[in-house]
Amino acid sequence: MNAAAMAPSFESAVLQLLHAVLVLAVAPALTGIVRLVKSRLTGKRGAPLWQPYRDLWRLLRKEAVVAESASWLFRVAPYMTFAAIWLGAALIPAFTADLLLGPSVDLIVLVALLGGARFFTALAGLDVGTSFGGIGSSRELMIASLAEPAMLMVIFTVSLLVGTTSLPHIAIALLGTSVGLRVSLGLGLVAIVMVAIAENARVPVDNPATHLELTMVHEAMILEYSGRHLALMEAAAMVKLLLYLSLIACIFAPFGMALPAAGVRALGIGLLAWLAKMVLGAVLLGLFETSIAKMRVFRVSEFLAAALLLGLLAVIFLYVSKGL
Amino acid sequence: MPPLLLIVGAVAGLLGAAVIGLFGNRWAAAGPIVYVVAIVALLAAGGTALLQLLAPAVGGDPTLVLPIGLPSLAGDFQLETHFRLDRLSAFFLLILGLAVPAVSLFAIGYGHHGTEPARVLAFYPLFLAGMVLVLIADDAFAFLVAWEFMSLASWFLVLAGHRADETRRAAYVYLVMASAGTAALLLAFGLLAGVAGDYRFAAIRAGHLADLAAVLVVVLTLIGAGSKAGLVPLHVWLPLAHPAAPSPVSALMSGAMTKIALYAIIRVLFDLVGPVGWWVGVILLVVGAASAVMGVLYGLFQRDLKTLLAYSTVENIGIIAIGLGLAQLFRANGLAVLAALAMTAALFHCVSHAMLKSLLFCGAGAVLNATGSRDIERLGALIHRMPVTAVAMLIGAAGLSALPPLNGFVSEWLTFQAILAGAHLPQWSLKFGIAVIGALLALTAALAAALFVRAYGIVFLGRPRSAAAAEAVEALPTMRTALVLLAAACVLFGVLPFAVVEVITPVTDLLLGQSVPRQGIASFLWFVPLPDSASSYSGVVILVAIAVLASIVVLAVHRLASNRVRRAPAWDCGFPDPRPETQYSADSLSQPLRRVFGTALFQARERVDMPPPGDRRPARLEVQLRDLIWIWMYEPVAGGLGWFTERINGLQFLTIRRYLTFMFAALSFLLAIVAVTQ
Repeated sequence: MNAAAMAPSFESAVLQLLHAVLVLAVAPALTGIVRLVKSRLTGKRGAPLWQPYRDLWRLLRKEAVVAESASWLFRVAPYMTFAAIWLGAALIPAFTADLLLGPSVDLIVLVALLGGARFFTALAGLDVGTSFGGIGSSRELMIASLAEPAMLMVIFTVSLLVGTTSLPHIAIALLGTSVGLRVSLGLGLVAIVMVAIAENARVPVDNPATHLELTMVHEAMILEYSGRHLALMEAAAMVKLLLYLSLIACIFAPFGMALPAAGVRALGIGLLAWLAKMVLGAVLLGLFETSIAKMRVFRVSEFLAAALLLGLLAVIFLYVSKGL
Repeated sequence: MPPLLLIVGAVAGLLGAAVIGLFGNRWAAAGPIVYVVAIVALLAAGGTALLQLLAPAVGGDPTLVLPIGLPSLAGDFQLETHFRLDRLSAFFLLILGLAVPAVSLFAIGYGHHGTEPARVLAFYPLFLAGMVLVLIADDAFAFLVAWEFMSLASWFLVLAGHRADETRRAAYVYLVMASAGTAALLLAFGLLAGVAGDYRFAAIRAGHLADLAAVLVVVLTLIGAGSKAGLVPLHVWLPLAHPAAPSPVSALMSGAMTKIALYAIIRVLFDLVGPVGWWVGVILLVVGAASAVMGVLYGLFQRDLKTLLAYSTVENIGIIAIGLGLAQLFRANGLAVLAALAMTAALFHCVSHAMLKSLLFCGAGAVLNATGSRDIERLGALIHRMPVTAVAMLIGAAGLSALPPLNGFVSEWLTFQAILAGAHLPQWSLKFGIAVIGALLALTAALAAALFVRAYGIVFLGRPRSAAAAEAVEALPTMRTALVLLAAACVLFGVLPFAVVEVITPVTDLLLGQSVPRQGIASFLWFVPLPDSASSYSGVVILVAIAVLASIVVLAVHRLASNRVRRAPAWDCGFPDPRPETQYSADSLSQPLRRVFGTALFQARERVDMPPPGDRRPARLEVQLRDLIWIWMYEPVAGGLGWFTERINGLQFLTIRRYLTFMFAALSFLLAIVAVTQ
């Protein structure tokens, strides 16, 4: 795959815009699916799929109540967090690998964008000067300090396999049959799923539905937010879930994705395949969350250390199997 | 004017400024004069260096021989000191030219010289002169004299606040470590000069060292210069000495002097000693990774703002050492392009860290000036009282947390790319080892973000934890200007990395005969470090994309939904408490990390004393961290030395008869040796 096929074109610009809008449109529905699956599995009827959209719209229209001790950072953080995560999600090839910003879709940049979002959210948690914001930030930093290296190890595995950290190139290379099934990719998949669970504040690391203060992580950080700020933080969390599902799909199940300069038909197939993968991911997540209990906060470090180790093993297995 | 004459002139100007600085106690204008001279001198030197890098002088590097110094043993008997400005020197001189003027501008307004400003003013220019001279020295004699000059001047600067006990202890540890370091360097250069004793760098370069001598030279240089740079386990003085100095000096010690030490390592390893095996790269990798991880972990549990920053310096020097180690591994295996990539990463991080750490230490100085406290548990909410400082510090914190699109991220990204290229090495052990180093580097990056969220969040956000923090006032205009300039440089270098790479390219060409592909103005959007790789990075795109997306969201939400804001008391789950002690403190913020990492590495112990109901004494939580490197490495050495000197001490109290006997024995022994060898 040479760089010329990735040259910026009018088409890629249109697809990029379309993709950026699409991730925003789909993200709340994914969260809705997870919630619905969890409700049904626990014997409840559950809210309809579009409930997250209604929640976001309701919050957006409300006035924002800002604590007296909050600074400008508190009000800027939701926008920065949301923009960083949205950008990250918009950079991941979903239904097509032909995106205008393709060359900047570097996996390390992606991790750093998520890190940037976390940086602002954690600071916002500290800004008001309450104990709950602090406890959330504190735990989030502990989780991130292990999740981020684990994620980078998975990225290393994939990059070493393909020879680049550029995501469109990785997707295209993995679409080809030359790579095949590999033990290291399997290990990497397990590791990145563990990271995704931790980073998205899911059971067993965190519980997105809880309001029991002592067990909250992400919810505690954004406890002081209200109105549109809260809506943006919630939306950012939803887009982040889509981002991780999309990333996993892009690396480990890229089939169906349209190659650059493919026709409308291929794009349509790519879109359907991507939506199917997202729905499947959300259902599986709901299943997983229902079937497992939340762990103690200090067990999280062991959980993530295991992810880090799996990532490292993936790299080493890769060397062994490839005989590099 | 010949470039070197201009630089030597700048040094002369600095020495003159030192004389003016002596009168600083009685003459108020001395301070501004000294700092303005420093700004002008370093701008001139930095400008010369930049010219030299972009448009090299015709007919080779400019050289200069001064008729002072040691007699030359090689040729005719004459006194001479050699100076030369090659591309490596010029690059590091450029770093000084970027960092020093901004920090000196900050120092003009920084009134924290206590009662005796002369203690800072007289030594500040000497310190700068020493650093410049180290860079342009072209013989071992000039190098070592300048090195010692730099060390001692900075030692005096550390002692500026000599009335505090911990400052005296810091200065003592620094003096011991600096002397030991110089001794190691002296031996290294002695070996390099060889039996002929020609101490000019040109002669050293031309000569050939035996294998064992080369090993010794490298190890001694790593000890001597590595201790100055702050590499683990020789870092112990750094977190004591750097914070003890006045803040602008801390900024330069951390931002600039550590780079001079790295310059010494690069000069010896990649230039003077000639080709050495790849094992040197392994040493650098291991030491670098240990410094990176240990540095950031130490820093996470500090309460002193400047100490925490000093530990972050240890971390970043570790990252640079990883880059240098990779460069050596690739070079020794004949992979010149990859070596150039790794070297570019290391040198880029030198620039990034110099700017970021100068910014952060100056910002810490502004905080210290405004509140009188370095203890972060007594600060808080400064973002309301010091808005400009807060914004500049936010950029610095984000930069060292390696967040795009800032300069810290570019160098980190380059280092990761170099680590990924480790797959091309032929040695199997190295491939696995580098994967582990990559994991450690990733861990470091994540922990650094935690460190700076903690530092920034506790100092600038939340509610004020003391009266001093509640009544802080913003820094003076000159200080603010310096902070803004440094912050702007950090953003600029991050968004336009090709500009920095443009001045790194000549250096990698010189050292490795290879450089990363020329980026050029035309392709300034995408930064592609390797010719045959699809990996690329664009700071501009990230910056513009974030800005555009954030603006879209702001506009859309405010137009279509709501833009009303109401101020109200904090919610805090319904139980808000007005006392600032109820917020999260710095120690509680790092408690989960302390439990995860500190238990094994620092033998962290927590003791909770919870009185039973009815008992009115306050509950207590005691946290104990032990520095194992200090306990296992330094205490035995110090103890052994103490024991030995105690024994030797007995020799002072003997009778004259004994002394005569000793002298007689020594004389006979020496005569016997002469008799045997002749």
